[in-house]
Amino acid sequence: MFGWEFPPHISGGLGTACYGLTRGLSQIPDVQVLFVVPKAYGDEDQSAMRLVGANQIPVKHRQLQLKHFSRTLDYIEVGSKLVPYMEPEEFWAHTRREKLKQLEFLNVNEAGLVEFSGKYGANLLQEIRAYALVANVIAQDYAFDVIHAHDWLAYPAGMAAKEATGKPLVVHVHATDFDRSGGSVNPAVFDIEKRGMEAADMVITVSNLTRKIVIEKYGIPADKVVTVYNAVEPHDNHGAEPARKGVKEKIVTFLGRITMQKGPEYFVEAAHRVLQRMENVRFVMAGSGDMMEPMIRRAAQLKISDRFHFTGFLRGEDVFDMLSMSDLYVMPSVSEPFGISPLEAMQSNVPVLISHQSGVAEILTYAIKTNFWDVDAMADAIYGVLNYPGMAKMFKAHGRAEVDALKWENSALHVKAVYEQALGA
Amino acid sequence: MKTICFYFQVHQPFRFRRYRFFDIGNDHYYFDDYTNERIMTKVAERCYLPANAMLLKLLKKHKGKFKVAFSISGMAMEQFRLYAPEVLESFKALAATGHVEFLAETYAHSLVSLRNREAFVEQVESHARLMEESFGQRPTVFRNTELIYSDQLGEMVADMGFKAMLTEGAKHILGWKSPNYLYCNSINPRLKVLLKNFKLSDDLAFRFGNRNWCEWPLTAPKFVDWLRAGDKREEVVNLFMDYETFGEHQDKSTGIFAFMEALPAEVLKHKGLAFATPSELAEALQPVAAVHVPYPISWADEERDVTAWLGNEMQQEAFDKLYALLPKISQCKDERLLKEWNYLQTSDHFYYMCTKFFSDGDVHAYFNPYETPYEAFINYMNVLSDFSIRLNAAVPRSDVDQELANLTEVLAAREEKIRKMEDEIRKLRKRRTSVKAVPAARKKAGPTA
Repeated sequence: MFGWEFPPHISGGLGTACYGLTRGLSQIPDVQVLFVVPKAYGDEDQSAMRLVGANQIPVKHRQLQLKHFSRTLDYIEVGSKLVPYMEPEEFWAHTRREKLKQLEFLNVNEAGLVEFSGKYGANLLQEIRAYALVANVIAQDYAFDVIHAHDWLAYPAGMAAKEATGKPLVVHVHATDFDRSGGSVNPAVFDIEKRGMEAADMVITVSNLTRKIVIEKYGIPADKVVTVYNAVEPHDNHGAEPARKGVKEKIVTFLGRITMQKGPEYFVEAAHRVLQRMENVRFVMAGSGDMMEPMIRRAAQLKISDRFHFTGFLRGEDVFDMLSMSDLYVMPSVSEPFGISPLEAMQSNVPVLISHQSGVAEILTYAIKTNFWDVDAMADAIYGVLNYPGMAKMFKAHGRAEVDALKWENSALHVKAVYEQALGA
Repeated sequence: MKTICFYFQVHQPFRFRRYRFFDIGNDHYYFDDYTNERIMTKVAERCYLPANAMLLKLLKKHKGKFKVAFSISGMAMEQFRLYAPEVLESFKALAATGHVEFLAETYAHSLVSLRNREAFVEQVESHARLMEESFGQRPTVFRNTELIYSDQLGEMVADMGFKAMLTEGAKHILGWKSPNYLYCNSINPRLKVLLKNFKLSDDLAFRFGNRNWCEWPLTAPKFVDWLRAGDKREEVVNLFMDYETFGEHQDKSTGIFAFMEALPAEVLKHKGLAFATPSELAEALQPVAAVHVPYPISWADEERDVTAWLGNEMQQEAFDKLYALLPKISQCKDERLLKEWNYLQTSDHFYYMCTKFFSDGDVHAYFNPYETPYEAFINYMNVLSDFSIRLNAAVPRSDVDQELANLTEVLAAREEKIRKMEDEIRKLRKRRTSVKAVPAARKKAGPTA
């Protein structure tokens, strides 16, 4: 299985999904997983590493003993600067920053003599190619039956492994560039995605919404594309002491990256409408992203800043503190392939309001759903949940039960069925 | 005769710590004590103490021929007491020479003058009291925060009994006119207006140590030549600047202290030049004309207006939400809340939210604890949210009660009035019935005739 992040080093839903799915698969007796991730090596212990490939890329093979896993997981880390959720431009900015740091360091020795290939895009694609190269070698060294690649950065690796061994390839579409970019698709990324899906024997999508995109926009035959919904790790929040809520007002929370994909502007507008009707509420936008500054300005323009708060990026426990303080969780995503975070909110006994344009809406019954653009409906729903306690109570009770029934084991069984189909195909 | 008027601004805000959303309602301490103390002790060491020592020497040496004026905000005074009491002592020593004037301003170094008259008067009064207690003189000349001035503001200040006010000699206000005369307010001509000569002031405050400046290095004789240049009939040169110019904005290594030490002697060499404080100027000179300032001006940025503090949506929102609390504040008796109310109003908090990066970014970045204006805004609004929760708790609903009481009073007064009027109507009717016959007969006769 080729992924690109694995707990505890995760930056988003993909790592969580990969972890959950791998754990689910490990419960099935006749499935064994070899997990390969690219990882930027810093100053960690490199003794367990093996160098692979033409570029002598460091590779580290470990056997992980994980809780909730029925057996050890073979886990391979590949030295790489691949970072998920990055467009080539962002990646360039990221690595350039890294290089500038180096430059400062090198400047001490030989001032200004260091030159860098400043062409962005090329670097990211190079890393992907390197990852694919290693995948090719790994494929020859290990025995397996099916190749499973998660999202576009890993597709070339999957394709390389297939080329090397002729084993069937399953690609798992957690998001497409149409979701990430909000329409302005990067042709290089689109090309990799399309080639990956075409080379695959089976394509797994995380929702029917994504399945439709894969079929319509990428021209993949419908019988090759199967939807397997994500699930959520059981979360035990009994041990932790709940955060003290300092304000007596109700709290409505938006939690996620503040980017166009997540529809933050609709949340701000809805908040404005709600605040015109009721006083006893505060809105919180937790997270960071390129839309944060425009959102702050918009909130100031609407004159609601005393009731509309920004927390910046939240880490670890702060996320659960935030959820435990919330009376309603809102995810107005414009295009969300799946969206695990509402499920986490429901686990924390928080009612959720999600957009029809999110994959998770396909499987949830006890969640309020509106269109992302329908600010009035959203405001109406927020007002309803906050003011009619019966509604919140119902969502809390049934929502928890609903979300507890979503198990990775079930998703894993579906995935296994897809594997069998791929092997048969 | 040309009179030179030096005026220095001394101010340091109470900067906020990073106050997160989670702190609202839980933690009521807003201040970054470490940063405040660090900056105060640093500036005291580099600027306030050496500059005061230098001025004291000069004032004693020239025995009343050299004079300066200060305005020290209440925020700076409080921080002296907390972190650098020796600075306060050195200012008192300056005051004791009798050749230093202390001007009035708003206690909190706030922008309240743009919003509410009563609160403004109150703040100026508490600052004047502080000056009187600390330095033994009651200010007679007023300088508003950041030299903000408009015709209405000037009139308000005149009503409060001040005889003069300082502001910027902004080009868009003066046009062809020179700032080197005494002017007066256009509504109430009894208020004299002193205008800053921004060219010569900024030569010291901003350009002095700049080696790329074509006039570098600036020496005292050269500067005195500039002071003497121009129309012989000009009466005054107002040099207004931050006191931090000495040693902080212009490092000691630029020679700013040596320059200032040499300047008075160089000026006094010439018969046509002398020093005076703002109040002496206002007494001695006759205004040449009224200055018309329909919209507020200030000494900040290229625009010389108030957009450095109230230019964008965030600043306006924060400003509006802050002063929306005024009615409650006026009923609040809690000492700590009132104190923090002052700290919240300081103009610097709004300055940090400024998004004019291009024209004056460097100046805005100075002592700025925030990375972006957005961060500054978020932090400020979080603090303000917590503050208003506490304020609402301290003044429980009494504004509603108060309003109810007011309304019932108004209603009662109205009912009284109605009763009186009804009485009158009754009386009039009575009178009318007694003389009814005659007009009724006339009316009937009218149409038929």
